[in-house]
Amino acid sequence: MEGAGERRRAGIRRGLPFGIAVFAIAVSFGVLARPVMGPVAPIVMSIFVFSGAAQFGALAVLTAGGSAGAAIAAGVLLNARYLAMGLALAPSLRGRALSRAAFAMPTVDASWAAASRGDGTFDPSYMVGVSIPQYAGWVLGTIAGVLIGPRLGDPNALGLDALFPAFFIALLFDEARGRRRLVAAGGGAGIALVLTPVVPAGLPILAAAAAAVAASRRRW
Amino acid sequence: MTAVWVVIGALALSTAALKLAGPLSLGGRPLPEWALTIVELLASALLAALVVVETFGKGRSLVLDARVLGVAFAVVAVTRRAPMIVVVLGAAAVTAVARLLS
Repeated sequence: MEGAGERRRAGIRRGLPFGIAVFAIAVSFGVLARPVMGPVAPIVMSIFVFSGAAQFGALAVLTAGGSAGAAIAAGVLLNARYLAMGLALAPSLRGRALSRAAFAMPTVDASWAAASRGDGTFDPSYMVGVSIPQYAGWVLGTIAGVLIGPRLGDPNALGLDALFPAFFIALLFDEARGRRRLVAAGGGAGIALVLTPVVPAGLPILAAAAAAVAASRRRW
Repeated sequence: MTAVWVVIGALALSTAALKLAGPLSLGGRPLPEWALTIVELLASALLAALVVVETFGKGRSLVLDARVLGVAFAVVAVTRRAPMIVVVLGAAAVTAVARLLS
């Protein structure tokens, strides 16, 4: 049986390629967030929120002129999956509440998936290890993006506005497996397409949650 | 600007709450089956909606512009199991080139 430190180091090695990709995505977050949020807020957000989907989702709502409430709701709904991930992780965590919390906080999608042993249990030390390079990449990338952003000129000329949807495509491809999830995804896309011209920014994304409710009520 | 800090505070707290609810309520009641099913499906529905809004949305209208080509590249790259860095930077590059040529 390997020690916890050993498993954490193995996790860090596994997490390095994720960390590099996350760094690049965070650079684009910093570049795109600075004109909307100013130079400091995007960095603070990456340090304390550490969630690509929620941060890009909230930024998308704010950029489109949506309200703070709509941005928060979009971020919370995009992160609702952490509730399910935490419930799955819980039986694998030992010790006092504080120690369980310390292992649960670094949960992010790639780490959670990498630490799954495939039998419903998880390796918490390994998961923390996989998260470490991603956290470093996310925060450092955001700082780099905020710093270089103003020198890049028009971010759209560099195609940075295509980074948002490409990032979500990559997450969606990992997420939408199985018939029910595909139905939820198709329904969410359809709702967003229909509602975008008629309701204020942010609402089409929230309304897409109805597709998850609808898909959950059918047996497939 | 205050709105931005409200968003950051609310998302930091809610993300922590969502991550910790399961591990700290250990021994407490688990979510009912129907709620778990919805939670499991939420990410798919919302990510798909975000892809649509970010690909075709411009304020409150739908437009077809160079982003579509970048996203098409992302779809092909993702189905060919390209690393995320290739998916994301390739989509930006394709969109940038399309804008340069148009």
